[in-house]
Amino acid sequence: MIRLNNVHKSYVMGSNSLHVLKGIDLEIKAGEFVSIMGSSGSGKSTLLNILGILDNYDEGSYYLDGQLVKDMSEKKAARLRNELVGFVFQSFNLISFKNAMENVALPLYYQGVKRKKRNKIALEYLDKVGLLDWATHLPNEMSGGQKQRVAIARSLISQPKIIFADEPTGALDTSTSYEVMEILKEINNNGITVILVTHEHDIAAMTQKIVRLKDGRIDEIIKNGDLKDFQHQYAKELETA
Amino acid sequence: MFDIDKWYEIIATIRKNKMRTFLTGFSVAWGIFMLMILLGAGNGLSNGVSQNFMRDAVNAMWLWSGRTSIPYQGMQEGRQIRFTNADYEILKDLEGIEYTSGRYYIGGNIFSYGKEHGEYTAITCHPELKEVESLDIVEGRFVNEVDITKTRKSVVLGKDISDALFKEKDPIGEYIRVNNIPFKVVGVCKEGGGTRHRNAYIPVTTGQKVFNGSNRLHNFALTINAETLEESQAIEARVRETLARKHKFDVTDESAMGSYNKLEDVIQTMKIFQAIDIFIWIIGIGTLIAGVVGVSNIMLIVVKERTKEIGIRKAIGASPSSVIVLILMESVIITTIAGYIGLVLGTGLMEGVNFFVEQQFAASAASNGGQGETFFRNPTVDIDVALMATGLLVVAGALAGYIPAKRAARIKPIVALRDE
Repeated sequence: MIRLNNVHKSYVMGSNSLHVLKGIDLEIKAGEFVSIMGSSGSGKSTLLNILGILDNYDEGSYYLDGQLVKDMSEKKAARLRNELVGFVFQSFNLISFKNAMENVALPLYYQGVKRKKRNKIALEYLDKVGLLDWATHLPNEMSGGQKQRVAIARSLISQPKIIFADEPTGALDTSTSYEVMEILKEINNNGITVILVTHEHDIAAMTQKIVRLKDGRIDEIIKNGDLKDFQHQYAKELETA
Repeated sequence: MFDIDKWYEIIATIRKNKMRTFLTGFSVAWGIFMLMILLGAGNGLSNGVSQNFMRDAVNAMWLWSGRTSIPYQGMQEGRQIRFTNADYEILKDLEGIEYTSGRYYIGGNIFSYGKEHGEYTAITCHPELKEVESLDIVEGRFVNEVDITKTRKSVVLGKDISDALFKEKDPIGEYIRVNNIPFKVVGVCKEGGGTRHRNAYIPVTTGQKVFNGSNRLHNFALTINAETLEESQAIEARVRETLARKHKFDVTDESAMGSYNKLEDVIQTMKIFQAIDIFIWIIGIGTLIAGVVGVSNIMLIVVKERTKEIGIRKAIGASPSSVIVLILMESVIITTIAGYIGLVLGTGLMEGVNFFVEQQFAASAASNGGQGETFFRNPTVDIDVALMATGLLVVAGALAGYIPAKRAARIKPIVALRDE
């Protein structure tokens, strides 16, 4: 589903150049539930943005669902994003003047689905995340957890193959975080690849595979079976710290 | 373009961002509104004053004789200059002169009919005076050539005189007395554009004969064939030269022969109006520029404010062109509707003012026997000008929105998303 070969990315800030990704090789198969971890500045969000075609990269190659994503026109990138992927952000990124249903339905607008039909589908998806009663509410009338569920419903409505989530629980309390993670797990169980970025170990521990970044390189990849060890090691790290 | 869904999306955005819509629309509506009022007021003033001017023929000229004030050819100043019928014959055939009428003053003009009497002015004249002073014949006829050659005692009464002397009765064919001499009423007239009709007209030859004038004339009223100020001044100079040579006075002697050239006056006044027109246009264009700047400013802010929204839309699959279309269509719709509102309000106000002015005019006309007085009439604006101004603002708004919208649509969605 995703294949990265030696991907580099630098940000130019005035005369300084910040080398964020220093050669990433990564393969993620369809149906995986992956978390990307790392300290701040390790490049985890940058990596996710490149994976989601929200940002470009300088060197190497990136294949998404068999297609090379490189120097893509915005028009093509927009279509790919619309058809292949869904996004969940830390700050939800709902459009403030549209109600929950309209927000969820928006991706279908860009697919040319008629308004009545897409609103009907949006209601179905809102129902799936348990927010049918909140369909006509504006984002600022909802709690953080509710907003994130609306955002998840929006990311799902275009029936994408991959969901990218950038710190989806970053702005939520623990119990709400777990609710959101439950929803993401369920999505994954339905066969959709889920890739999330987090710095919380307990959230990462709920995924099947953890990619740890350090200084722009992949430090280690922990697979499902080793998660227990990971948790153990994490506890030890806490003790020594 | 005619995708209903797209329209719905744009209209929904407009309706949910009322403040933004209002601000964008207001600057456009206000600009057009002010422009309509300014241009309307300018036109109204100009129309009103030019109507007042049309009372006499605009190319009219008057000449009158006096005493010389400059010694000439060995003759002292203070010499009385007298016009005669011979001068009339000369003027009549002078190049550039259209109509000529001489006048002999008669004093003490008591008009009476039966028991009614009053003091009015009797003007002795040639038939051409009708053209020079734009007289309207209400009834009967004006003084004619036969009256002149046969020195008939005919009189044409001003409407006010005939109303005062005859009340409801038909005056034509009746005899009135002017300074106790009977005259036959042959017509009733009104002064073109005027409000008072208190002059009576009798043939100049009759006046001279009856009131001991022999061949004397006191003044001349002429109309001249001139289009421009230069032509009219040339004709005026020719008239002065001709009469100065004949009566032996200095051409520059204004008191030997006075003259008044109406066209000169009209042209001067029209120049003032042209200046006012230009002034109004400068203010109008200034208002428009202020509107354009206002719209542009707001569009820049709107795009800035919507950067994050654009980022979200792009993240979920909006193409750059759809983003640009969204912003531009919104701008065009708002500015068009607002421009139209400004147009309607401005026109409405001006029509209201017009209605009021016309009522005033009708009221003053009613009390003045059909001739109203106003300095402000028909304050309307050419619809082409109004539409062009609206179009200009719409285009300016679209352009001002297009540049930042295009930039916003082109940047990476992640950059737009980071914008707070």
